[in-house]
Amino acid sequence: MRRARTWLPGLLLVTPSIVAIGVFVYGMLGWNFQLAMTDKHDQVSEGQFVGLQNFIDIWDQPRWHLSVNHTIVFTVVFVLGALLLGWLLAFLMEKGIKGEGTFRAIYLFPMAISFVATGIVWRWLMNSGTGERAVGLNRLFDWLGLPQWQWFRDQDWGMAAMALPAIWQMSGYVMALFLAGFRGVPEELREAARVDGCTEWGVYRHVVLPMLRPVTLSALIILGHISLKVFDLIVAVSGKQIITDVPAVFMWVAVFDSNDPAKGATIASYIVVSVAIFVIPYLIWSVRAERRTVRPESGSLRGQRGPSERDHEQERRS
Amino acid sequence: MRRWLTAVSITMVSVLGLAACGGGGGGQATQSPAAGGGGKQQVEVFSWWTGPGEADGLAEMRKIFEQQNPNYTFFDAAVAGGSGDKAKALLQSKLQASQPPDTFQGHAGAELQGYIKAGNLEDLTFLYDELKLKDVFPAQLVEQISVEGKIYSVPVNIHRSNVLWFNPSVLKEAGVAAAPKTIDEFVAALEKVKAKGKIPLSIGSEWTVTHLLESVLLGSLGTDAYNALFKPGANWNSPEVTKALESFAKIMSYAGDPQDDWQPAAKQVADGQAAFNVMGDWAYGYFHNPPEGGLGKKSKTDFDWAPAPGTEGTYLWLSDSFTLPKGAKNREGAIAWLKVAASKEGQDAFNPKKGSIPARKDADQALYTDYLADALKDWSSDKLAGSIQHGVAVNQPWLAAINEQVGLFIGSKDVKALQQGLADAATANAQ
Repeated sequence: MRRARTWLPGLLLVTPSIVAIGVFVYGMLGWNFQLAMTDKHDQVSEGQFVGLQNFIDIWDQPRWHLSVNHTIVFTVVFVLGALLLGWLLAFLMEKGIKGEGTFRAIYLFPMAISFVATGIVWRWLMNSGTGERAVGLNRLFDWLGLPQWQWFRDQDWGMAAMALPAIWQMSGYVMALFLAGFRGVPEELREAARVDGCTEWGVYRHVVLPMLRPVTLSALIILGHISLKVFDLIVAVSGKQIITDVPAVFMWVAVFDSNDPAKGATIASYIVVSVAIFVIPYLIWSVRAERRTVRPESGSLRGQRGPSERDHEQERRS
Repeated sequence: MRRWLTAVSITMVSVLGLAACGGGGGGQATQSPAAGGGGKQQVEVFSWWTGPGEADGLAEMRKIFEQQNPNYTFFDAAVAGGSGDKAKALLQSKLQASQPPDTFQGHAGAELQGYIKAGNLEDLTFLYDELKLKDVFPAQLVEQISVEGKIYSVPVNIHRSNVLWFNPSVLKEAGVAAAPKTIDEFVAALEKVKAKGKIPLSIGSEWTVTHLLESVLLGSLGTDAYNALFKPGANWNSPEVTKALESFAKIMSYAGDPQDDWQPAAKQVADGQAAFNVMGDWAYGYFHNPPEGGLGKKSKTDFDWAPAPGTEGTYLWLSDSFTLPKGAKNREGAIAWLKVAASKEGQDAFNPKKGSIPARKDADQALYTDYLADALKDWSSDKLAGSIQHGVAVNQPWLAAINEQVGLFIGSKDVKALQQGLADAATANAQ
C-alpha cells in the first residue's frame, strides 16, 4: 500500500495523456500504415491487403520523383540557411551588443507567426512580375538595379526560393538555441585558451564550436523534420501547383481530389518514415546521453566508477 | 491523502476534457441545422460563393427563398475559395462523418460522380418530373448531366469556358485585324504581338493552363471528337489528339510569365500589357464591374471577346448546381431550396448578379445585357461541349490526373509525355 502511494498518483496523472497519445497518435499511425497496404483506391471499395505494392508503385510516377526532389532542395537550402543565419545572429549577439534583448525579441518574433501568414506575405514579396509589373522584392531589386527573379515560379530553383520564408521564420529560433549554447561555454575555458596563446578565432574554432555540437544536432533535427513535412507554407504561397509540389501536398491532392485513400496513406507513411529516420537516432542518442550523465552519480554511490572514468567518457562525447 | 485527492481529481478533469473534445464534432451538429422548438427550421446551404457578384446573387436567391418559405430560415454555410478547393475538402469530411449539409453546391456533371458512387446523393428525377424541368432545360444539357438515366443536381447557372478575351488596341497596334477564328490564325496573331514586344498570351496558375488546354482541344478536334474523348473507350492516343497537343504546346510557347491566379492574368489584358487571355466568362464581371469588385473597364474598347479560336458555334459550358444529400437533416427544406434554385424567378435573380446566364430557356432576356446578351443568344443556338477543368466532362480523380499532367508539361514541355499521361489518365478514370 505504501509503495502504491508513491507511484500510483503519478501514473494516474499521466494515464489520460498515455491513452490519448495511444489512440490519436499511435492508433492513427497504425491505421494509416494498414490503409497504405490495401488497394482501397476509391472511397467505396473495401480494400484488399496488397502488402507493399503501393509503396513500390508510387516510384513509377513522375510527380512523386518531382516532389521528392523538391523536398530535397527545400530541405538542404532551408536547413543550411537557417543554421548559418541563426548561428551568425547568435555569434553577433554573443559579442554583447547594446540592446541585445530587443534584437533577440525582434529575431524571435517570426516564430510566433504561423506558416500560413508568413506564406501569404511572402507570396506577395516573391511575386514573379518583372519590369513595370514588378511588386514586392522584384520592385525593390529593380529600384536597386539588381537582377529580378522568377522566385518560386522558377522551374529549376523555385524550391530554393520557397525556402526563403522558412529561413526567415526559423532562423530566430536557431539563434536562440545557439545563444543558449554559446552562453553554456564557461568563460574559464575561453580564458584558459587565450592564456595558452590562442587567437580569438582559434577560441571559437577549437573551444566554442566543439561544445556547440549537441545544440547544432538538436537544431538540425528540429529543422529537418519541419522541412520534410512542410505543407502549410507551400499551400499558402503557391497552392497545389506541380511546380512547388512536395509529398504533403501530393498527399492532400491524392486524398481529396483523386479520392485515393490508399495512395494518400502511402505518401503519409513515407513522410512519417523519413521524419523517423531523423528523429529516432536522435532520441536514442539523447536517451543514452542522459543515462551517461545520470549513471556516474549512482555509480559513485555504489562505488563502481571512479572520476577518471567519467572524464574519459566526457572526452569521448565531445 | 491530499496528494491522492489531487491526483484523482486531475485525472477526472482530464478524462472529462477528453470526452468534451470527442463531443466537439457533435456539438457543431446541434448548433447548425434544425433549430427545433417548433419555430423556424434552418436549411443549411453549403456553397463557395463568397466573392463579389456571386455572394450578391446568392443573397438575391435567399430573399426569394425566405419570402416563399416563411417556415424556414436560410443558413449560409459558404466556404471561401475560388473553384471550391477548400469547400470541397471540408465537404468531403462532413460527408464521411455522415453530417451532410442540407444541400451543397457542386459543378453539374461528372464532378458529382464521386458523391454518387459513394451513395451520398439522392436521385432528383422526381423533382424534374414534378417541376417539368426537362422541358425548360436544353435537352443536351439534361443529357450531359444524366448518369445512367438519373439526374442528381439542379443547375442554377451556365458559364462559358471557351472565351478568348483580348485588348483591341494591342491587337490594332500589332496589326491583327480581328479576333482569330482558327488555331492557325491564333498562332499567327500571337507571333505578331510578340514582335511588338507585348505579352502575346497571359496565363495564371496551373489550373488556368488546363483551362486553356480544353479550349485548344475543342478548337482543334471539333465538338463531336472532343465530346467523344470522354466516352468509354475513347482514344487519346490518336494522331488528331497529337496534333491538338502540338498546337497547345505551340500556343503555350507564347505565354507570358505565370501570374498568381486568373485575375492578374486577365488584368494584364485589361491594362494593355498582354493581348490575349483564354478564361471563362466570369472574367467579364471582373473586367466590367466598378473597382473593388472589378476593374471598371469599358467593354468593346478596353477589352473585347470572341469564342476561343476554332470553337465558334460551340458552347463549352459549365454549371453550378445544387444537390440533395442523403441523410439531410431538413430534407423538405432542402427541396424547397432546390425549387427556388430551379425556378425562373430564382435564376433570373441570381444570374445577372453572378455574371452568368440561367440554365432555363425561358429567362427574361431584358435582364441580360452586353456580354451576357451574346452568351444567352449563343446558348440557345450553339452545340454543347462539357468543360474539363470545371467538372462537367471528367470526374474529380480524372481532373486531378489531368492537372498533374499539365503541371508536369509546363516544366518538361514534352508533348509525347503529356499525351501518354492524358491517355493513361483516361484509361484509369473513364467510366
